[in-house]
Formats: sequence, structure tokens, C-alpha cells
Amino acid sequence: MTTNKRGFAQEVWDFFCSLRLSIFLLIGLALVSIIGTIIPQGQPPREYLATLSETKFRLYSSLGFFDMYHSWWFILLLYLLTLNLICCSIKRLPRVWKVVSEPVLEMDENFEKSLPNVKDLKLKGTKEELKERMASFLSAEFAAPVITEKNGAYHLFAQKSPWCRLGVYVVHLSIIVIFVGALIGSFFGYKGYVSIPEGGAISQVQTQGGKMINLGYEVRCEKFSVTFYDTGAPKEFKSILTVVDNGKPVPGLTSRPIIVNDPLTYKGTTFYQSSYGQSDEGALYHLTVRDRKGGAPVQLTARQGERVALPGGSFLSVMEATMDVRPFLKGFDGPGAQVEFTPAGGNPQPFVILSDKYESFNAQHGGDLLITFNGMDQKFYTGLQVAHDPGVWVVWAGCFLMVVGICMAFFMSHRRVWARVTDTGVTLGGSASKNPAGFEICFDDLVEKVNKA
Amino acid sequence: MSSSMLFNVTMVLYMVSTCIFFAFLASRSKAVGLGGTYAALFGFLVQTAAIGLRWKESYDQGHGHAPLSNLFESVVFFSWTIVLIFLFIDFKYKYRAIGFFVIPFALFGMAWAQLGLDSGIEPLVPALQSNWLMYHVITCFLGYAAFAVACGISIMYLIREKMEQGGGNAQAGGLLSMFPSIRVLDDLNYKAIMIGFPLLSLGIITGAAWANYAWGTYWSWDPKETWSLIVWFVYAAFLHARITRGWVGRRAAILSVIGFAATIFCYLGVNLFLSGLHSYGR
Repeated sequence: MTTNKRGFAQEVWDFFCSLRLSIFLLIGLALVSIIGTIIPQGQPPREYLATLSETKFRLYSSLGFFDMYHSWWFILLLYLLTLNLICCSIKRLPRVWKVVSEPVLEMDENFEKSLPNVKDLKLKGTKEELKERMASFLSAEFAAPVITEKNGAYHLFAQKSPWCRLGVYVVHLSIIVIFVGALIGSFFGYKGYVSIPEGGAISQVQTQGGKMINLGYEVRCEKFSVTFYDTGAPKEFKSILTVVDNGKPVPGLTSRPIIVNDPLTYKGTTFYQSSYGQSDEGALYHLTVRDRKGGAPVQLTARQGERVALPGGSFLSVMEATMDVRPFLKGFDGPGAQVEFTPAGGNPQPFVILSDKYESFNAQHGGDLLITFNGMDQKFYTGLQVAHDPGVWVVWAGCFLMVVGICMAFFMSHRRVWARVTDTGVTLGGSASKNPAGFEICFDDLVEKVNKA
Repeated sequence: MSSSMLFNVTMVLYMVSTCIFFAFLASRSKAVGLGGTYAALFGFLVQTAAIGLRWKESYDQGHGHAPLSNLFESVVFFSWTIVLIFLFIDFKYKYRAIGFFVIPFALFGMAWAQLGLDSGIEPLVPALQSNWLMYHVITCFLGYAAFAVACGISIMYLIREKMEQGGGNAQAGGLLSMFPSIRVLDDLNYKAIMIGFPLLSLGIITGAAWANYAWGTYWSWDPKETWSLIVWFVYAAFLHARITRGWVGRRAAILSVIGFAATIFCYLGVNLFLSGLHSYGR
């Protein structure tokens, strides 16, 4: 029984240690990941039902295809990959560590046969002399050797960048670190969205999960602006934001402009320019009303559709307006408004008014009053993406580790050189963990130099 | 002189280079092979000048930016990086026959860009106004280019292996004699991917860093991001396959070709067929 159990445990362990499982998981992850790039993710059901049959919708839904990268089976694959690389590392690391920390110091006959590069050197001198000579030569041309004496022979061992053998494990570790960072972000962070009208402020953010988060401070939008290139393509979206904490504007974050690619961060939460639109309050229209019989002109402001009382008992409402009438009225420019004028006791009359540049045009309507349109203040709201992710630095640390690990694993090689000095001469042996052809050149070079020296 | 003219010259030179490499396979003359490499090198220099000139032209138009911002510019840059990586491997290992399988990728890119794509210089939209654009695009495309070279080498591997198995008729044997041996091809495939994989990793990391800086999310499973990860998975599988028995040689070559197909889909397919954040393909 015991052996059976041991056998089973061993089999499970071997399964999780196997490289075949790694290859299977990597290719499997690559294949299933395709699904989520073809089926749009995270849309409302009616969007899917527009293109999918009811049965397919239910099938896909139960398989988690609509939020695939967070489905239990995708996460399970990621956990399996993590488990696999941990097991692989646990199994192989001690062996590699031994090579790094306890190098073979002597090259005996058997070991010599296993080396790809071996050369007998024709050097003259006593054993002691040759030992000294080889030691200083290796120190100068390769690396400082460790010298041991065994069975009447001197053994010299020198190596370069042994720790690069650990590169693979650094990469494996980096993947785990990145996963940990992602987990920290998903448990302790949030992503949300707020829209702030110009002049308005918010102190709460609704997250993607629908939770309300109290920021503990206020973010005020002073102004939003958008500019365009001549081609009509957008050039810049800019919000001027002020952070107000404890009733006081925060120094440095007062009237701070933020644009796409230049966000604002306060207390670990970052605000990104993401969208904009016309504010719900609508525009504020400016008008001048003057009595034709004389008297001082009256300045009025009105919101869209608002009935404004005029001198003499009449009313006016602005239906719509523009800052440039050129596309609508041939031969005119400047601001213009479509208004509805209701004389005292009369019926509403719709007409267009323009700026004071066109007094005679404006004089056609309005009874005793001369009404001119001065322009408007369009109000925008700014849409900000809000992110709070305490795991992001862990992710960057992981990425940094990955780059370091990949460089160690791919571009560096553990090079070792042994020299055995006996009364009959010197035998030089060498090997490298990578790029054997490159090392051969380096080894031949060493042989040539020591022969000349 | 305009950059467009120089791009045309580049295209012609890559065509000449491809033809010379073919002549090299047929004639088996080392001098001809060297000629193919020199034609590619000359094309590369002209293209470098053209890219520089286009960069300057964008400044002349008043909205200067590196020429890495739309599909035309990216295809041209891709073709440039392919030749760069090819020349690197060519000068290092001197297996000229590879040119015939790699330079056509660059030629095809230039021909498509010049004949089929809008070459207008557009100002940068707000999302692209960042230094990250340069780091991200350069690392990604150098990675893609290394994979293109690996794919060309793998195709050579598959052809040579098939011919050797079939005994090889006389003429094919003649063409084949300029191919590096199967063992060398397998090794070169691995070396090219050793260049591409770190660069792709850096490309993904710089992309994540940029996304985090501009949008507040380093990873949002956007189709482009997902496909780059798919490519990464495929080549990670390749690298692990190297140290597993039974996965070198033929299987490795097939995996390398699949990897490049995934790369091309990641680069173009995502823009043409799927929707997402990288909309330069439109």
C-alpha cells in the first residue's frame, strides 16, 4: 500500500514537474485566449443576442465566454501554469545551485572526457613553475582561479558569470511576482469612471463593479477644452483640475492641466483624461434687449428653453444657438440663435437673431424691442478614468525582474576553464553553458595565448 | 527629393536583392551571394535615409513626430527592422541563402506600403502623443522582425528536410547545396528567436507601462494585448520545447512558423478583423 501511495504521489509530482505539461499549458493558453479576442468581452446580453441564437448565447454564457479571461477555467489554467513553473523550479534549482555554489574544482580523466574543449599544452618547466604561470595567466586573461592539489597534480579552476545559470529561475520568479501584483490590484484596487461638469466637483467614484468609493477629498473641474488640427482630427483634450482636501486646494494640484498621456495622481489614486461631452445644464446664452423708443440696453442671460421675461411684459426663449452661423445662413457670420418671442398677450413667434453687426436684420422682429444675440458659454463635462492600484509597483518589479532574468538566461553564458598541472605538462579543459561555438573560439584563443606566453 | 521616391528606390533594391539571392542559389557562386547581401545593405541604407527624411518632412508640415504612427509607417518600419535583423545574422553567420527566404518579407512589406497604403503624414492624435510610442513600437517591431527571420529559416529547414527525405533529385540538390545544414538551420532558428523573445517581452512591458500611464490599466485584455500574449506563449512554448526530447528540429520549425503567423495576425489581423485600442490599421 505504502509503495503504491508513494508511487501515486511521485506520479503527481512528476506530472507537475514535467516540461511537457508546460508546453501543453502554454500552447493551450495561446489557443483558448483566441476565443476572447473573437467574441467581444463584457457587453450587455442584448448586444450578443443581436448576433447569436438563444441556445448559443446560453451555451457561451455558461462557458464564461463573455468574460473569458476571468472565467474559472482560464484562471485555473493560469494557476496550473504557476504551479507547474514552481514545481519545475523546485525540482531543478537545487541541481543548478550546486553547479553554481559548489563547482567541480578538479578535472580528472573521466570529467575531462565529458568536456567539449580539451587541449594538452606543450609547456616547459617544473610543476610549481607551471602552476604559478597558469594561475597568473588565467587571472590576466580569464578569471582568478581556485587552486587545489590532488594525487600529485595541481588543479586550477576559473569561471565567469556562474550566476547566469539562475536566469531561467529569475524569469519564473518574475512571472509569479507579476501574478501577485495583479492579485493585489484585484483585491485592494479599483477602477472607475467619473464625469465632472465644468465648475463642478466630485468626492465619490463609482467603480466598474458598481461600488461607490469615497475619495475623502474633492476633485473639481475648472475647465475643459478640446482643440482640433486643420484636418479635423482631435489635437488635445485638456481638463483643468483642482484637488480640494480638507476644504483647501492642494498646492501643486491647483488648476493643474491634465491631458491624455499626462494624468493626475493624488494619494495613490490617478485620474486620466478619457472622454468629454456637453454638460447636462446646457449652454448659457447672452442677449441684449433695447427699447426702440430709447432707454438703456438690458443684458440678459438664458438657458436653453428657459422663458425669460422681457421689459414690457413679453417673453423670450432660446431654442438653439451657434457661435458661427456660416453653415446655416448664407452671407452672414458670427453667433446666431433660433428664438421664440411671445409678445404681451400675443402668440409665440419663432425667428432668428444675430449679433449687433446685423442690427437691420435683427430689427425685423421683436415689436418695440430690439433683440441681439451676443454669444454663449458652452459648458462641457470631462470624463475621467479613475484607477487605484496598489499592486502596480509589484507588477513593475516583476517586469524588471523578467527583463533581468531574460538577459541573464539568453545573453550570458557560464564559462568554465580547468587546468591540470602535472610533471608531464598542462591540460586545459573548458565548457560553457551556452553558445558552444562562441566558447570554442574563446578557448582556442586562450590556448594560443598561453602557448605564446 | 522626397521620402516617397527613396521608398521606391528601397523597394526596387529589395527586389534586386531577392533576385540576386535566387541567382546565388542557382549559380552557387559566393560572389553572387555577397552581391545579394550588398544589395540588401544598400536598400537598407536608402530606407534609413527615407525614414529620416519622412521624419523631417513631418516637421516641415508643422506637427513633427517619429514616423511610427500609422499603418504605412509601421509597415515600412517593419520592413526596415526585418532587413536590420537579417543583416545582423548575415554578417555574423554568413549563410547567404537565408536572404532568399527573408528579404522577400521586407520586399512584400515595402510593395504593400507603397502601392496599397495611404502614405499621408497625419498629425498625432492625443492618445499617441507620448515618448512611450517610440519605445513601444521599436521594441515590438524588432521582435516581430526577428520572428520573421526565424520563420524564413524554419521554412528553409522544412524544405531541406523534405528534400533530404525524398532523396533529393539532382536539380533540387543543386539549389539545396547552398542551404546551411539542417543542424545549422535549427540552431539559427533558435538564435533568431533568442533575439526576438526578449524584444517582444520588452515590447509587451513597455506597452503595459504606457497603457498604465495613459489609461490607468496595464492590462485590459484588449485583442491586441491578448494576441501579443498569444505570440509570447507560442515562443515560450518553443523555448521550453528546445530542452525537451523530441521537440527539436521539425516540430521546432513548425512552431516557429506558427509563431510568426500569430505575430502577423497580432500585427495586422487584429486591426483588420477585430476592434480595439490599436486602431492605426484603419
